[in-house]
Order: sequence, then C-alpha cells, then structure tokens
Amino acid sequence: MQEQQEQQQQEEEFEPNIVGLLCHWCTYTAADLAGTTRTQYPTNIRPIQTMCSGMVDPVYVLWALLGGADGVMIGACHPADCHYVSGNYKCRRKTAVLKSILNTLGLEDDRVWLCWISAAEGQKFADTVAKMVDELKKKGPNPINEYWST
Amino acid sequence: MTRSAILEVQNGNLIETLNGLWRQMLEKELVDALLIPQELPSGINVVQTLVSDVQKLESPNPLAPVMPVNTARIVSQMTKVTPSPKKVGVVLRSCELRALIELVKLKQASLENIVLIGIDCFGTYSVKDYKNLAQDSSSPKDAFIKAVKEGKEDPSLRQVCQMCEYPVPMNADITIGLIGIDFDKSILIRASTPEGERILEALELKDSPETEVTKRDEAIAKLIEQRTKKRDEILEQTQKDISGIDNLMRTLAPCINCHNCRDVCPLCFCKECFFDSPTFEMESEKYLGWSERKGTIRMPTHTLLFHLTRMSHMVTSCVGCGMCYEACPNEVPVANIFRLVGLNTQKIFDYIPGRSLEDELPVTTYQERELLSVPEKL
Repeated sequence: MQEQQEQQQQEEEFEPNIVGLLCHWCTYTAADLAGTTRTQYPTNIRPIQTMCSGMVDPVYVLWALLGGADGVMIGACHPADCHYVSGNYKCRRKTAVLKSILNTLGLEDDRVWLCWISAAEGQKFADTVAKMVDELKKKGPNPINEYWST
Repeated sequence: MTRSAILEVQNGNLIETLNGLWRQMLEKELVDALLIPQELPSGINVVQTLVSDVQKLESPNPLAPVMPVNTARIVSQMTKVTPSPKKVGVVLRSCELRALIELVKLKQASLENIVLIGIDCFGTYSVKDYKNLAQDSSSPKDAFIKAVKEGKEDPSLRQVCQMCEYPVPMNADITIGLIGIDFDKSILIRASTPEGERILEALELKDSPETEVTKRDEAIAKLIEQRTKKRDEILEQTQKDISGIDNLMRTLAPCINCHNCRDVCPLCFCKECFFDSPTFEMESEKYLGWSERKGTIRMPTHTLLFHLTRMSHMVTSCVGCGMCYEACPNEVPVANIFRLVGLNTQKIFDYIPGRSLEDELPVTTYQERELLSVPEKL
C-alpha cells in the first residue's frame, strides 16, 4: 500500500522540460562526451545543436519559454574560447538584453540560463543539467502553461 | 566647434521668417533640395515634402506640432540603395534625428550629402488630435506657439512627447533654437559642424550674443528636468500596469496582431520580418497540436511572442518616438512599454540611442570583461 502511494507520489512529481540551445563546438560536444563516458544526468533536457551561441536569436529562447518550456539553457564556449572569436560574448550581451526585458515585464528571467561549458567538460554538463532541474523543481512549472491567451 | 547666430523675426511672424531662411537655402544653392514638413492645402495635416523648386515651397511649417511619420524612415528610404548624389537639407525633430543616427549605424541610411537641420521640439499632437484642432480652429499651430510662449504644457500633447527628455536635436549640422528664446523678436541658429558653419556663413547672419545662448541652455536644462520628472511618473505607472503575466496579458488584450506598431517603427527595418517569414506558414497539425495541449489557444497565435521578440530585436535602439502607439488601432500602450524596457536595457550598456555615430550598437559589440552576473555561476 505504502509502496503504491510512494510510486504515485513519484509519478506526480513535477518534471521540468528544459530546452538546450547548445553550441556545436563546446556544450553540444560536452553532452556527447557525457554520453560516451556514461555519465548519468537527468533526461529533462531536449538538446538542440546550434553552430554557435552567437546565433541564438532571443526569439528561440522566447519561443521555447512561451511555448511552455520550464527552462532554457544556452550552452556556450568559455570566454576567449569561441570558435568564431566572439560569438559567446555577443550571446552574453543578447542574453543580458533578454533578461532585462523579462525582468522589467515581471516575467521570470531566471528560467534562462547561460552556461559556459567547454567540449571537455562532460561532467560539468551533467552537473549543470542536474542543478538546473533541481532549481526548476523548486520554482515549479512555467506559469505560461496556465494561459491560453498569449 | 559651434557658432550661434541670431535671426531677427520679421513682424513677429516666426513661421514667415523661417520661410525666408528655407527659401534662401534653396536660392543660394546651399542645398539642392529640402526635405521639410509642409502644411497640406486643407490645413488638416502637415507632411514631409521633398522640395527642389523654391517656387513650390508653399507652406513649410516644421514647427507645426504634428509628426505623422518618423522622418528617419523617409531618409532611410531615400538613401539606403544609393547615397544622395545631391545635397539635401533634412528638417527634423530630435526623435527623428536620433532614429536616423541609429539607422545609419544599422547601415539602413547614409548621411552622405545630407545636411541635418534639427529644430527644438515642444512636442506634438497625434495626427487625429491635430486634425480635430485644425477643423475646430483655423490655426492649431499658432495656438500651440502661443501656449508654448506662455510656458504651458498642453496635457493633450502625445504622452511620449510630454515625457521626452531630448527636446533638443543631437548631431544636427544646424539647430533652430527656440527653447528659452523670445521668438517674437529673434531665434537662435546654431551650427555645430563645418557644414553647418558654411551655411551659416552663406546666410550672412550676425553672431548671437552669448547671453541668448546661455538663456537657451538654462531653459533646456529646466525643460529636461521637468520632462524627466514626468517620464519617471508615467513609467512608474506603466510598470505597475504591466508587471507580471496577468497584467501583461490584460495590457495586450486589445492587440489584434495587425503589426502596425512594427510597420511604422523607424527601427524595425528588416526587409522580411521573422513574423512574415515561412516559419509562420504552418500546417494545421501545429495549431491543433497546441490546442490539444492546452485545451484552447488564442487565435491568431503568438501575440505575446511578437511583442517580446520585436522588443528583444530593437529595444536597445528605441528612441521613444511613439509612432507605434499612434499606429495602434486599439491603444495598446506599446510606446510606454518600449520606453520603460528601453530605459532599463539601454542603461546596462550606458547607451543612449542617437547620441553619437561613434557609440557602437550594444548587440554588435562586446567587452571581454563585462556582464559577469549574466552567465550562471556553476
């Protein structure tokens, strides 16, 4: 009986959906590395490969968030490591703009994470996803899902 | 490098005196053409005109308090494909000039052969209000000038004008100075570039006494202070009205996805907007899928996404001219929202749109050590 209840509770626990916009040269490769080294990490993230974090238009992030994603992770090369010299710095500026917009409008800008994760950091990728899932579980589901009028 | 000259106002008629100035500019071939607002014969509206024949300079009136189109769009239209081969004097307001500077930086306009003639701006009415005033009284512009002289700020001016802290054009070759000046007697003409000085020279105007310049500077400082106070009041209310998803959706409730705000925005220059792209030619399964997930969805879709995306693309360059609000059929306070978000966002980069051609656009440049709190601490 108790076992059954526990199982039910587990099933009901909120599992956040995370959209990952991951740079081909770093975070996406890190995710690959985490896979090939059999590093365990939560399955909540849906990775999307981009050629550079600099090409992540804010509309990708907004589309994901307004479409109901609970969080968006932008995976970018460490500062000074961008394959295209400066894409990650530009991404940081665009993310700052986006966060400022969300913040001013009273929307949750902490659902957007910009993460520096290099191709060698498979473990860091796994840890980051786990951390993000934890934080989003604390925050709860994206409230936008309750609105049909957006 | 600035020089200030004084232009005596003939018979207390400011507009007629200024007309003499425009005429001289064309007659003396200081410019080959003038882009200047002229009153339409009906008197109901004042529109930009491109005048190359001085005889056709019939009713120029750049002081008329109405701005149907942001002139930056017009200059962009004229100079985007090829720079102007002839010298064109462009008469515009501060917000138009600021938007133009942004468009030049975005490579959507060229200032080659363009002489920028800025005018001190006391604010404008909406086209609709101006039309009604023109129909009720014979001369809304005279009444307006009278009110300005008496130091009154008309509460029916466009709200964005009432809270505009840039009444004075930045980066103009020549500025028509009116603020703090007794323009029954004379006005101040200020040249800020070699090109401006050349024209001032040719117009044979006499130098202005330093006291007039100081008087104007003091009045400007006072006006900016007033307007900034007003801005903070209005935007504080806007912040309350829109904050949080509930309030935001209430604010956007009247939006009908016509995208007029985008179409009139001087900074929304994209040839093909993302929202007109094939991305939005979707199969019916898409809509049904969204509908099934939520039970129901608002149609047409993506109202909030449109506004947030437009904002994320251009808000760092938003000059707050308020054309978006004018074009909105349902009075969604887009201008106030963009002003508020713009202020907060531009502050991060210490960026003032239209301040200088040298300031790089915030999202096209970067510094290696900055915004250290944006990436997550892992």
